[in-house]
Amino acid sequence: MAVAVQDLTPEKSALRRLWERVQGPFLHVPMLSWLVGALVAVLIELSVGNNLARLIGLPKAPVLFGVSLILKEPVLVPAAIVYIVLVYLAPVALVARGTAGWANRTVAKLLDTIPAWVVILIHLLLLYAVLHFWAEVNTYRLLVLRLTMIAIVLTVSLNVVNGYMGEFSCSHPGFMALGAYGASVFSLLFFVDDRIFGAPILPPALGPFLFPLGLIAGGLLASVGALFVAIPSFRTRGDYLAIISLAFTFIIKSVIENLEVVGGPRGLGGQPDWATLPVVFAWTVLAVWIINNFVRSTLGRALNAVRDDETAASAMTVNTRRTKMTAFLFAAFWAGIGGGLLAHVLKYVNPGSFGLQALAEVLAMVYFGGLNSVVGSMVGAVGFNLLSEALRPLEIFKWIIIPVLLILVMIFRPTGLIAFREFDVLKIIRPKHTAEGDTDHALTGS
Amino acid sequence: MPLLEVKNVTHYFGGLRAVHNYNLTLEPGQIRGLIGPNGAGKTTIFNLITGIYRPSEGEILFNGQNIVGLQPYQIAAMGLGRTFQNLQLWRHVNVLDHVKMARYSKITYGLVGAFFGTRKRYREEAEIEELAYHLLELVGIRRYADQLVTNLPYGILRRVEMARALATEPKVLFLDEPTAGMNPEELVQMMEIIRQVHQEFNLAIFLIEHRMKFVMELCETIQTLVFGEVIAEGTPEQIQNDPRVIEAYLGKELVE
Ligand SMILES: Nc1ncnc2c1ncn2[C@@H]1O[C@H](COP(=O)(O)OP(=O)(O)O)[C@@H](O)[C@H]1O
Ligand SMILES: [Mg+2]
Repeated sequence: MAVAVQDLTPEKSALRRLWERVQGPFLHVPMLSWLVGALVAVLIELSVGNNLARLIGLPKAPVLFGVSLILKEPVLVPAAIVYIVLVYLAPVALVARGTAGWANRTVAKLLDTIPAWVVILIHLLLLYAVLHFWAEVNTYRLLVLRLTMIAIVLTVSLNVVNGYMGEFSCSHPGFMALGAYGASVFSLLFFVDDRIFGAPILPPALGPFLFPLGLIAGGLLASVGALFVAIPSFRTRGDYLAIISLAFTFIIKSVIENLEVVGGPRGLGGQPDWATLPVVFAWTVLAVWIINNFVRSTLGRALNAVRDDETAASAMTVNTRRTKMTAFLFAAFWAGIGGGLLAHVLKYVNPGSFGLQALAEVLAMVYFGGLNSVVGSMVGAVGFNLLSEALRPLEIFKWIIIPVLLILVMIFRPTGLIAFREFDVLKIIRPKHTAEGDTDHALTGS
Repeated sequence: MPLLEVKNVTHYFGGLRAVHNYNLTLEPGQIRGLIGPNGAGKTTIFNLITGIYRPSEGEILFNGQNIVGLQPYQIAAMGLGRTFQNLQLWRHVNVLDHVKMARYSKITYGLVGAFFGTRKRYREEAEIEELAYHLLELVGIRRYADQLVTNLPYGILRRVEMARALATEPKVLFLDEPTAGMNPEELVQMMEIIRQVHQEFNLAIFLIEHRMKFVMELCETIQTLVFGEVIAEGTPEQIQNDPRVIEAYLGKELVE
C-alpha cells in the first residue's frame, strides 16, 4: 500500500528524499549545538572574514550573506557562494555535528539539575553572543539586526489581534507612533538638553537605567489610544474594527503633524543612543515570552474561541468583550514599546514613518509568517526584513518582487507560512536522541 | 423555590412571534423534555434562557434571581450550561482545550499569571486539565483530546459539546438535540452518558429531542411546543396519548 501511494507522487517524494538525505545526519543535533556552531562561524568571520573575502576576490566580507552583493555584481556569484560555504555552512555543519553528542548529554543533564528557565537563559545568552559578534563586523548589520528585532515585537503583537483574535486591525502604526513619541518625549524632557524641552530635569547619567520606564510609558500611552479604538469597535459584533482602526492611524498621524511641541511634520530628533543591541534583544525576548505565555494560557486561548464562535464562547462563560479589549490593549502596548525602541534606534522620528507604508509592512509580515502563530510571526518579521534589505539594490523592482512573493504565499498557504503552530521553547531546546526529533516536532501543531 | 422558573416569556423576531407565553419550572435533579416540530421555537427558548436573546416579555428566575438582561457568560457562570443543536465548536481549538475553555470564569490566576507564567498559573492550568481529562473520560472521548474538531466525526463532536458544557459546572444542563445525526448505537451510548452525568453531578436537565424513544425513556415530564406555544405538558404516557399532541406532531412519527 505505502509503495503504491509513493508511486503516485514521484516528484514530491524525490524532493522529499533529497531533503531527508540532507537532513539525515543532523536529526539528532540539538539547538545548543546549532548555537555553538553559529558562534564558531561568526567568530571565524570576525577574525578572518575580510581577509578571506579579499583572497577569493570579494571586496570585503559580504554584509547580508552576499545577496545584495551578487545582485549588484553577478560575476561575484561563485566567490560569494565559496564565502558562504567556508564561513557559515561548513563551520556550522561541522561544529553542530561534532558537538551533538556532547550537547545532548549536557542539555539532558542541565534540565535534570537546574530549573528549565536557566537552561533557556543559557541558550538565549548564546544566541545573543552569536548576534553580537555577527553585528560586530559592521554597523549596517547592527542596524538591520535591531530593526528586525523590533519588527518581531510589532509582528507578534499584531498577530494577537489579526491572528489569534481574528479581527482586522490597522491601528498598529498609530500605536507605534504613540509609543515612539511618548518614549522620545520622556527621554528628551528628562535627560537631554535639547532645543524644544530645554535643560534635562534629571541627571543624564540615569537615563539608560530609566529608559525602560520611558518605553513603558510609551506603551501605556498606546494602550490608552487603543481604548479609543476598542470601545466603539467591540461594542457590537461586526467588522467595524478595520475601519475605525484605520481612521485612528490617520488621526494620530495628522495630530502629530499639527503638534508643534513635538516638531510637527519635521519630526523629533536627538534621542539618546540607548536602544543598543542588548537592550533591543532583551525587550524582544521579553515581548515574545510574555505574548507567548498569554496566548498559550486558557485566558489567552479564549481569543480563539471568540474568533471561531463568539456565541459558543460566551455560553461557555467566556467574557468575550473583556477578552477582546484586553488583547487589543495588550497588543497596542507592545506596538508602543516597538515604536519607542524604533525611535531610539533611529534617533529620529517623524509622523511620515507611521502611515500606510508602515501598516502595509507589518500586515505583510503577519500574513506572510502565519496567522495565530508566534513562531510564524518571528519567521515573517525576520524573513521580510532580511529580504527587504537584501533586495535593496534592485530598487524599484524590490517593490514588485516582495508583493509577488506575498501573493504566492497567500495563494499556496492562505494562512501564512507557519500558521497555527504552538511555540514551545522547551521542545526546541530539548536533547534530540532519537532520529525523529526534527524541527517540525519541536513546533507542535496546536 | 424552584431552581429555574420561566414566567410568561414571549419573544418576537421582528413581526414573527417565535415564543408565546412560555412557562417552565425545574427542580434540582429533574429531567424534563421539550418536543415539537421543526421551527416550533424550541431552540429559541434555550437561547432566551441562556441570555443569547433577550425576551420581549416575561421573567426568568434562577434561584429566585431574575436573570433577564444578564450577558450569556454571566448566566453560564451562574450554572446554566448548554450544548448547541448545530455543533458550535471552535475550528482551531483541540478537544482538550474546548473543555478547558469552559473553566474560563473559574480561573483565578488573572492576567499576571497569563502574562508571566506564574506558579499559580501552571498549578491552576494543571488542575483544569485534570478535570477536563476526567470529563472527556466520562463521555468516552479521552483519546481524542489532542485532536482538532475539524477532524472528528459527528457522534464524537456531540460528546465534545457535552463535556464542554459539563466543564462550566452547570446546575441546569440544556441539551439541544443531543442525538441529532447519531446512529442507533451512538444514541444508546448518549442516553447512557446523560443518565450517568445526571447521577454524578445531580443535575437538572432540560432537553430538546426529536427521537420519541429517547425523550420518553429519560424524561419525567415533557412539554410539547407548536408554533411557539405549549399545547400539552405531562408525563411521557400522558403526552403519548394526548390527542392534541398526536394530531399536531406525534402522528407522523408514530406511524413510522
Ligand atoms: N435569529 C433569528 N432571527 C429571526 N428568526 C429566527 C431566529 N431564530 C429563529 N427564528 C425563527 O423562529 C422560529 C423558531 O425557530 P427555532 O427556535 O430554531 O425552532 P426549533 O428549534 O423548534 O426548530 C423559526 O420560524 C425560525 O425561523
Ligand atoms: Mg432547534
